[in-house]
Amino acid sequence: MASVLELSSDRTEVAASPMLPRPFVIKKVRRETEDTFTVELDPREGRSRFEFLPGQFNMLYVYGVGEVPISISGDPAGSTLVHTTRAVGAVTKAMAELRRGDVIGIRGPFGTSWPVAEARNKDVVFVAGGIGLPPLRPALYEILSHRESYGKVVLLYGTRTPSDILFKDELEQWRARFDLEVFITVDRASAGWRGNVGVVTTLIQKAGFDSRNTLAMIVGPEVMMRFTTIEFIKRGVNPDSIYLSMERNMKCGIGLCGHCQFGPVFICKDGPVFRYPQIKDLMVKWEI
Amino acid sequence: MSTSRMYRIEPDALNELIQSLQKERYTVIGPTLRGEAIVLDTITSASELPVGKTDEQSPAKYRLVDKAEKTFFGASVGPHSWKQFLFPPTLKIFSARKRGETFEVSEDIESPESSERYAFLGVRACDLSAIQIQDKVFGGGAYRDPAYLRLRHQAFIVAVNCTRAGGTCFCTSLRTGPRARVGFDLAITEVIDHGHYLLVEVGTDKGEAVLSSVTRRPAQDEEIEGAEHAIRAAAQLTGRSLEPDQTREILYSNTEHPRWDVVAQRCLACANCTMVCPTCFCTNVEDVTDLTGSVAQRVRKWDSCFTLDFSYIHGGSVRPSSRARYRHWITHKLASWVDQFGTTGCVGCGRCITWCPVGIDITEEFRVIRETYLLNARGKSST
Amino acid sequence: METLERILAQHQFFKDLSPEYLTLVTGCASNVRFEQDQNIFRVGDEANQFYLIREGRIALQLFSPDRGHITVETLSEGDILGWSWLIPPYYYVFDAKVLDVTRAIALDGKCLRRKCEEDHNLGYELLKRFSSLLEHRLETTRLQLLDLYGVRS
Repeated sequence: MASVLELSSDRTEVAASPMLPRPFVIKKVRRETEDTFTVELDPREGRSRFEFLPGQFNMLYVYGVGEVPISISGDPAGSTLVHTTRAVGAVTKAMAELRRGDVIGIRGPFGTSWPVAEARNKDVVFVAGGIGLPPLRPALYEILSHRESYGKVVLLYGTRTPSDILFKDELEQWRARFDLEVFITVDRASAGWRGNVGVVTTLIQKAGFDSRNTLAMIVGPEVMMRFTTIEFIKRGVNPDSIYLSMERNMKCGIGLCGHCQFGPVFICKDGPVFRYPQIKDLMVKWEI
Repeated sequence: MSTSRMYRIEPDALNELIQSLQKERYTVIGPTLRGEAIVLDTITSASELPVGKTDEQSPAKYRLVDKAEKTFFGASVGPHSWKQFLFPPTLKIFSARKRGETFEVSEDIESPESSERYAFLGVRACDLSAIQIQDKVFGGGAYRDPAYLRLRHQAFIVAVNCTRAGGTCFCTSLRTGPRARVGFDLAITEVIDHGHYLLVEVGTDKGEAVLSSVTRRPAQDEEIEGAEHAIRAAAQLTGRSLEPDQTREILYSNTEHPRWDVVAQRCLACANCTMVCPTCFCTNVEDVTDLTGSVAQRVRKWDSCFTLDFSYIHGGSVRPSSRARYRHWITHKLASWVDQFGTTGCVGCGRCITWCPVGIDITEEFRVIRETYLLNARGKSST
Repeated sequence: METLERILAQHQFFKDLSPEYLTLVTGCASNVRFEQDQNIFRVGDEANQFYLIREGRIALQLFSPDRGHITVETLSEGDILGWSWLIPPYYYVFDAKVLDVTRAIALDGKCLRRKCEEDHNLGYELLKRFSSLLEHRLETTRLQLLDLYGVRS
């Protein structure tokens, strides 16, 4: 008989757990900017380290308030689970009020990951716009921890204003490295800002990379990702070597609730990380 | 039908079938009258079926009428579909209890309603296809819906072949009906032309076992032929059609078709079509706490892509216009569903046409888009 | 002069310009160096030059009494600074302030304007290049204006 009845019922038990949040304790809260903060989490009951792939996300549950999808922003090899998010909705605003010792529910990790293996022996260019840096950071950590396997590594980061720059201390450390080029630009500068001003796409021509052997990973608002992609293609980068991370409303994280559909793909399970040609046609359509 | 076991049972014996199902601890669900419509609900005897009733359906119109014969299954599908039992409109997912600093989560999916053993009596071929489509949605991917699967595994299905085409049906064109082919335990064809009898086809051993306590005799060839004839007649009388080939190419290449603006002027974005659709599966979750804040719950509810909130991401909706929302719905149903689940999400039951308050007809909307596509394709090949 | 010509020839901006015109343009070019915090030009100055930046960083700024010097855009290696020399009445509309020590090739706009008037083919070659530059600047400025990273309210 049809499809589903071939599934043994014991498998349904396995399927139950992705719907249930597991309690994680907040070890540390750090305010990154006026509206953005980072939480470091530990599993509540001495369970093993949280394993994930760079680019994946979790569903974060604030007790009684609700749940939101947030990318993981920490080191895949790190001891704690790290999320960085902006307080913009009811759940993230409630989360921003939490302190050390409070508990957050976690479901995940879900979704596809950055192609860190495919990027080996290539120049790697990360482009982050705004709150797009946190989802890229795990891939950057991983590549830096195997630095010898990669060609040039470049981070291009654009934010709205200088005060919106995330991970400032870490960016300073990265800037000091000889094996990583970091370019930062802002859309609007206040007086006294001596850094770059202009959209992040203008940085691409400044970054010296071998366009025929480059892999690009991009996260930011869709318009920014579209123009960034166009700029890479103009510079001769193979569209197949351009990866983007997409965002849509998500309720379940596991492809069942239907909310995150983007044309035929579910962002939660077919993404969030996509190879550009997979979603190229959809990106230029309205209200898809 | 030739290889399966076929029996004839008399109309009076339908009650025995219901009793036999009850003996097997099934809750029997079937069509029954409620107000001026036929709905699906628990029944305990054949007399609760809509005896002698049929329906007149057309876009935005549904009316019950009496018929001369005392049929049990003389009406076609009503506003309800079986999904409300396998995929309940609201379902508790978990409870979380505050324990000092932390909270404990307990699974509620194992609630009484999800351990219910249902026997569905009167599942039309289109709805049987719909169940098989939802099987793929909820059970075919890397993550499965345990509540659905539990109910689905336990369900007993008595299909009923259609011997009459409903006013908005188009199953024949989608090859999902009017005959139930697979996926049932028993399938009934109600024949009235040569005396009133029920031809019962056995689909599974489970079906055979349930039927064993029902008064029956092996069907004769002319009784089988009588049923065949009635089903063929229904197929021929189906008034609408939707050409299922190339739906992806047609819809994907026409995202800016002017027809979307036309339909958007009529569409109220009321979500009726998604509620009555037997395959629509989108859900939302609500997180609530009790007054003391010591117990929080997550409840899953049917949702609809026609609401503005459906695609909301921090600050705005991805599909603010009803044009985009209708386009999303029909494109998902007929095209992207194929990419996602290997089948369209439409079974031709016609509910979305009947229950649309302004009578938007999916077959008509698709036909217009398809004609443009074919015209363009012809234009290209002739130049 | 020979090295200047080679530098110009290799620059994206002068790509595919005929050798004859390249020599002509080189005739209007000179190497310049600007120290940190120096103003290359100020708003209202007569615009008689444009620059091909070889190294360093420059901020295009406006002064506002209540907000001070506001940078609207920064330029660096490979960028072209200044197009006011091409468009009457030939006055700069921004301040160009050096952020990091800058080496550039200055091109004499007055000299080029005259040569363009004499030879419209050269004029067309240069206008093509500047209009493409303007288009790119306009596009990036529009993106900047979109305030993409702001929270929608």
